[in-house]
Amino acid sequence: METNIALHKYCVRIADTSLILAQRMCEWCGHGPVLEEDIAMSNMGLDLIGQSRGFYSYAAKLEGKGRTEDDIAYFRNEREFLNRCIVEQPNTDFAYTMMRSFLHGCLSYLQFRTLVNSKDDTIAGLSEKALKEMTYHVRHASEWIIRLGDGTDVSHDKVKDALENLWQFTDELFEMDDVDQSLIKSGIACDLSLLRAEWDQMINEVFAKAKLERPVGGYQSKGGFNGTHTEHLGHLLSEMQYLPRAYPDAIW
Amino acid sequence: MSTKDNWPTWEVFTQQKNGAPHEHAGNVHAPDAEMALLNARDVYGRRQEAVNIWVVPSVAITASTPEDMGPFFEPGNDKMYRWPNYYKTPEGIKQI
Repeated sequence: METNIALHKYCVRIADTSLILAQRMCEWCGHGPVLEEDIAMSNMGLDLIGQSRGFYSYAAKLEGKGRTEDDIAYFRNEREFLNRCIVEQPNTDFAYTMMRSFLHGCLSYLQFRTLVNSKDDTIAGLSEKALKEMTYHVRHASEWIIRLGDGTDVSHDKVKDALENLWQFTDELFEMDDVDQSLIKSGIACDLSLLRAEWDQMINEVFAKAKLERPVGGYQSKGGFNGTHTEHLGHLLSEMQYLPRAYPDAIW
Repeated sequence: MSTKDNWPTWEVFTQQKNGAPHEHAGNVHAPDAEMALLNARDVYGRRQEAVNIWVVPSVAITASTPEDMGPFFEPGNDKMYRWPNYYKTPEGIKQI
């Protein structure tokens, strides 16, 4: 696969995953369980938007068709979105939101930590910034998983429910194809299979403190990174893309 | 863990740069110290306002009362010699 085409797709996958999670986190704005968490979740959403902007801009440049980051974000349909399915899952409740951020965040953290050493300077630079943000997101989510899991009966049940429901999207976090393989060979991309052991260790440590049992087996969803999504993404996009689609010339 | 209705408050002190004093920024609700630190970071440090943050349980603060104002502070009014006003400051000194 030609490097620029592969790299474009690689960037869009990372950017889409960050952007869709950002949209979910920002849905909490004005609805947080307490003021402090309301600010925290929107703030993390803004970090994620920053990450997606960087990767979209680079993707647009690689593509060389004169499209902007906004064109890529707002004028594609759900089958063209290449995010991991876990991030499009609805907020549901606070425990669910924290579990989603935790499961995805641990991998995202490990991925950016590896990509800091990418042979592609832009990827390395964008990853350096994102790594700091993900370090914080994982810390925040971990602390909450521990407190909810080892909290009251109600909080334990809610976070356990979240884990059992979201677990089906965890194998997909590690899914790779020829896009990844060709870029791994050239030292640009990160081999996600090498991160699995450390990811397992990260989540196991937190689950032990949270008195949560890690699910075993069960159905695993696949394919988000090639455009196969759950029913939730279309609804999310209809809200996120409404304004630029209704008023394509709108500017700030 | 307590419910959000009775989470204690924590006073937040932020340091704007190394060597500068920590200054009171405001307060946050949180169930414990670690969460207070994270909340303080999100509320008072998310725009790079701080390089370091302290959180202190609000109940640990002992404050003077408005009635203390006279005896505490007014005796300073008429004693100019308590102020180092008559020293000359060397030129170019920014922080003293």
